[in-house]
Amino acid sequence: MSEVSETIPVILALLLGFTVAMYVVLDGFDLGIGILFPFFSREEERDQIMNSVAPFWDGNETWLVLGGVSLWAGFPKAFAVILPAVYMPVMFLLLALIFRGVAFEFRWVAKPHHRKWDVSFAVGSIVAAFAQGLILGAMLQEIRISGNQFAGGPLDWLTPFSLMCGVAVVVGYALLGATWLMMKTVDGVEQRSRQLALPLLAALMAFIAIVSVWTPLQIGRIAERWFSMPNIFFLSQIPVATLLVAWLCYYSIRKGRPILPFATSVGLFLLAYLGLVASNAPYIVPPSMTIWEAASHPSSQVFYLIGASILMPMILVYTVLVFWLFRGKVKPGEGYH
Amino acid sequence: METLAGVDTTLLARVQFAFTIAFHIIFPSFTIGLSAFIATLELRWFYSGKQHFHTLARFWTKIFAVSFAMGVVSGIVMEYQIGTNWSRFAEIIGNTLGPLFSYEVLTAFFLEASFLGIMLFGWNRFPPWLHTLASVIVAFGTMLSGFWILSANSWMHTPAGFAIENGITYPVDWSDIIFNPSFPYRFTHMMIATYLTTSLVVLAAGARYMVQGRFEAEARTMVHMGLGMLAILAPLQAVVGDFHGLNTLEHQPAKIAAIEAHWDGSEPAALVLFAWPDKEAERNHAEIAIPNLGSLIITHDWNGRFKGLRDFKREDRPPVAPVFFMFRLMVGLGLLMMAIGFTGVFLWWRGRLHRATWFLRPLSHAWPVGFMALLAGWMVTEIGRQSWIAYGVLRTADAVSPVTFGSVLISLALFVLVYCVVFSIGIWYISRLIGKGPQQIPADPEALPNRPLSAAQETTREAST
Repeated sequence: MSEVSETIPVILALLLGFTVAMYVVLDGFDLGIGILFPFFSREEERDQIMNSVAPFWDGNETWLVLGGVSLWAGFPKAFAVILPAVYMPVMFLLLALIFRGVAFEFRWVAKPHHRKWDVSFAVGSIVAAFAQGLILGAMLQEIRISGNQFAGGPLDWLTPFSLMCGVAVVVGYALLGATWLMMKTVDGVEQRSRQLALPLLAALMAFIAIVSVWTPLQIGRIAERWFSMPNIFFLSQIPVATLLVAWLCYYSIRKGRPILPFATSVGLFLLAYLGLVASNAPYIVPPSMTIWEAASHPSSQVFYLIGASILMPMILVYTVLVFWLFRGKVKPGEGYH
Repeated sequence: METLAGVDTTLLARVQFAFTIAFHIIFPSFTIGLSAFIATLELRWFYSGKQHFHTLARFWTKIFAVSFAMGVVSGIVMEYQIGTNWSRFAEIIGNTLGPLFSYEVLTAFFLEASFLGIMLFGWNRFPPWLHTLASVIVAFGTMLSGFWILSANSWMHTPAGFAIENGITYPVDWSDIIFNPSFPYRFTHMMIATYLTTSLVVLAAGARYMVQGRFEAEARTMVHMGLGMLAILAPLQAVVGDFHGLNTLEHQPAKIAAIEAHWDGSEPAALVLFAWPDKEAERNHAEIAIPNLGSLIITHDWNGRFKGLRDFKREDRPPVAPVFFMFRLMVGLGLLMMAIGFTGVFLWWRGRLHRATWFLRPLSHAWPVGFMALLAGWMVTEIGRQSWIAYGVLRTADAVSPVTFGSVLISLALFVLVYCVVFSIGIWYISRLIGKGPQQIPADPEALPNRPLSAAQETTREAST
């Protein structure tokens, strides 16, 4: 029994990690196109951009909902500590998601007076991405707890580091958005996205470098993990791979390839994510709560796991099905409205 | 605990939850019913081939899309609010309720969200059978979502299948947790409420077109389907409500006492038609009541006794006045729905319906009736649960997060501002869409040949070259 109760939290944590990764990749490109919206001013171009994600955005955002509930179901103690700690950024995130989410439908219904929904889509996407960076930054730094409860102040999340993480996430999502548009659109939009992708890639690499230096400098525990023997041999593969993938991304954008720029941008995100996990596992609230300490009752874990192991493959099947049914480039003027 | 003018963090967090959920509940309750309506229309189109079913399905799909988007974004707020404002609840109850919410996402949300894309964007892209199937799946998904939410909510009223260790609940029997004692009644009652709510919106829109003499075939379909649903479901809802009442009497007697404003349990209860309950004096002012009828309704026995408010400690009594008044509002609106349904079906049967402007004209303004009844009912059940957040297990005051008064106040102000602006505009857009009415959009013959899937492939291939 004790072995089982050791193992299941690990499986649940992997599942949660997978959910978060799915969210970051899928809603990442979809927030990204919102961030890039101001760079496209013609109405047909904006329509084309919206239509390239319109059938998917709701499914993408559902991974955020699943992330929230599986954190709650699997690790209620962590859920109860993290959310009060990042209270304000979560509010920004939720309010921003409202503005951008309704814009998908409202701007069509409001036409020809849809300018305000274009603005709300762009600003909402930027704020949502920034807020996610704030939450990430706040979680990497220490969350003050006592007796399993959040014990910090309402502005603990507000640090130079978390602000920098916020900007980094905005830039990263914008790259995902630009490479998604290279893949899914035609003509002017496609070319403009290609021009935007290169500076965004450069900026993202700069931010990855800053985070990689700043994090070990301010958090000794992480420095120790990365730079001690023999960890350094294994972990150094992550930055090496990142550089390789970044080069491939650069090359494929220059060549104007349709799919590879998006695939490699996703690769960059996954590698950065792997780096974060490698720095912080097995903590779920670093550095004070491990996945075992935060885990729910074994019976809850087993019940959740049974459901997830049956349903997750089904979800992946129909997620793939929808992306496949709507594969190919979006033609100008396509949509249901 | 910080307070401002007698308001503490707990009350503020409750106001925030009540405000956000009241706005949220409008959209899913409308879209559960509407998705079933659209799926029915599409099935009728699929089997009969009649154009006006297609026109209607496409028309209501637009409205569905707008309300669904509002439901999604306001729903994400509810989930995260459990952590931000109610973290003690999240921790203490998380073992039992967390998995139910995760099952909702795993079984329902992904299903809805994935097939919604096909439903909205697949009209000219996919064959009718695939589109109809997607609509049916979306309708099923919304209902499934209701299943889990109502299960979790019912558990908070009638907790079962759990034990407590170190102050934290943990699950003992999952089927007892999911199918807790009030769940079957609450789920049935809520589902019927969503269908009634949607029926009234459809009916009101149809009545409006009928009076204006626009979209004849479509208006007839809307009015007939709406009236039929009302005539069948409104009385059925009363029966289900009665069963739900008996269940509440068994498990939450204090709520029943508050609903009836019944103070003295040693006496048979009168049916209080109107009163001004006074919780300090423990009696009703200005009471208009019918003796013994309350006992008959609640216990199904003329002289039946049930507990009065004075039988409960003061801290276990829910706020009486809102529960009492909201219950009467709900029942009154339910009776109105029954009256509309019966009158309409009678006129229809006599062949006088489309000329009965005295009936249709007011009916075209009746769309909010279902929403009002639904919100009133929701308040009865939720306020009636106080001062418990999980009945008999955890008090609301012990469930709140260790966050500052200011954080909750600022976020509440932001929610009020944003919700009032964004969702009012959304509701206005919906009313404008209804005002414009269904435009005939013929199914594009180019995109729907004999082998539609191959055609879809050709168009995408064309586009990608």
